[in-house]
Amino acid sequence: MKHRHAIMMTCIYVTLGVGAVITFLPFLWMFTSSFRTNAGFFDTYFLPVDADENIAWSQLTFTHYHKLLFELGFGRAILNSIFLSSVTSVIATLFAAMAGYALARFQFRGRGFALFVVLAMLIVPAPLLLAPTYQLMYDLGLIDTYHALILPAAAPAFGVFLFRQATLSSVPSQLLEAARIDGCGEFRIFFTMALPLLRPMIGAFLLITFLWSWNNFIGPQVMLQDVDRFPLAVAVGNLKGLYYQDYGLQMAGTLISILPVMLLFLMLQRDFISGLTAGAVKG
Amino acid sequence: MSAPSRPLQDRRAPYIMLAPFALIFLVFVAWPLFQSITLSTQRTFGPGTTKFVGLENFIDLAGDPMFWIALKNTVIFTLGSVLIQLPLSLLLAMALNRPNLKGRALFRLIFFCPVLVGMVFVAMMFSLLLQRGSGGVLNRMADQVLESLFLYDLAGAIFKDPWLTSANIINFPWLEKYAMWALIVAALWMFVGYNMVYFLAALQNVRKDLLEAATVDGANAFHRFRHVTLPAIRPVASFVVLLSIIGSFQLFELPFFMFGGPGYENRGLTVVMYLYQSGFETGDLGYASAIGWILALILMAFALLQFILARRDEGTLE
Repeated sequence: MKHRHAIMMTCIYVTLGVGAVITFLPFLWMFTSSFRTNAGFFDTYFLPVDADENIAWSQLTFTHYHKLLFELGFGRAILNSIFLSSVTSVIATLFAAMAGYALARFQFRGRGFALFVVLAMLIVPAPLLLAPTYQLMYDLGLIDTYHALILPAAAPAFGVFLFRQATLSSVPSQLLEAARIDGCGEFRIFFTMALPLLRPMIGAFLLITFLWSWNNFIGPQVMLQDVDRFPLAVAVGNLKGLYYQDYGLQMAGTLISILPVMLLFLMLQRDFISGLTAGAVKG
Repeated sequence: MSAPSRPLQDRRAPYIMLAPFALIFLVFVAWPLFQSITLSTQRTFGPGTTKFVGLENFIDLAGDPMFWIALKNTVIFTLGSVLIQLPLSLLLAMALNRPNLKGRALFRLIFFCPVLVGMVFVAMMFSLLLQRGSGGVLNRMADQVLESLFLYDLAGAIFKDPWLTSANIINFPWLEKYAMWALIVAALWMFVGYNMVYFLAALQNVRKDLLEAATVDGANAFHRFRHVTLPAIRPVASFVVLLSIIGSFQLFELPFFMFGGPGYENRGLTVVMYLYQSGFETGDLGYASAIGWILALILMAFALLQFILARRDEGTLE
């Protein structure tokens, strides 16, 4: 029995190990590729080799990064992405937290209807809103501005749903009642008592919206026209068309684009994964 | 009763808290949603000029071969995602859920990482990894693995004219002929760990005492899975299936960049790509809205189905 258990565990470790390697290899390949020139790009998988089959470190190059930052305006695109994603995620999270909290802990007229609308919005696919939102932004004269991207993202029904769930499970009513009896105003209660208790969900939802905004291609592609306003997703996408054969350059652009969100995730990951599954498991 | 505490609650507070969300929602989400109905009855030439056509957009769509190709491709991709990706996710989750497993957090982190990479960036990577010929990393690796396992020799010994040859594997046209399979592979890499996280959370609902009791009663691993694990994770599993279907039906960036558009013989065309092309390349926002509504109705049908099944499940549990 013990012997069988050991075999079983070995199988599990091997499966997980192979899976982890397969998951990791594309990242490694992208990383090494971003330092390689087109000459002999496909001769070896990861690093170039010289005639003696030794790794040819001297063939690695920083030119792709140099070109991206100093010729192709990627510095600008990075700042655009950081600005767009930060503003979007902070506003969306604040509004969603307030609305979700209000729906969870207040009795008021229209609450049932508001809740219904929020839940109904969860099944409306985003592409459906693409054409009418473009039409609206055109009518408002907001095409080629960041307002066209930030405003629709500032009202996330999904976020309201998540914050309502989080409030129900981690902000006890008795605590709020006690604070009211002590004469605390509703907004002070929200900002000084409820928000700290909602911290895990705030971390998770900030990251969810930041990631969504960072990786959003179709929105900026449709709404923006000026190259100087493009975020990374659009800028990298354009590399594909303009530098079709320049593989190292494409991978360098991709690496620049995913590195910041990876770092952000590593800082917030504990909150993120638990927040992500909270809606599903408790809901 | 809570009667004395009620008056303490400021009556205006909930409305003020809801207001920022509600205002923006009304103008920038609800209004466009309403407008999409009007738009879908119009033919437009850019956002400036419109002409009322009634239900013509929907009638045209029903007879539009491109739309049917897009729908067929999208359904194939969705089936591939649900039937291949989700069982693998569950398997990984069950492996990670073993008691006394070392390195659980690290494995979870590694498997989860690909989903952080946006669709555009995944497409950039996989359009290179899945190239044919000497440029294709995946094909060359597969070739080396098959070679070292003597599978070419085996195929040569069994078949007179074997398909499984080094040349065929090296030149396997993922991005040309097997566009949907290329997408399924890329999406598998991207989402298997993401879905695993949901399953892993669901597996915490499985009662250990029931599993042990079943083992004592002589139930084998399959029976324990079928009668103890599966019922416990079912609510989350059906939710994950629904999320997966909804996400798969909205596939756009991955094929758009992997094939640079609809691809060879439109084999990479998806519903949302056709919506994008109609609305923003052809400039017919009305036709795009009609496609959007067909998509929405399909997804609503799936959501309704999931809701009904979940209700029925609850009924049988009582």
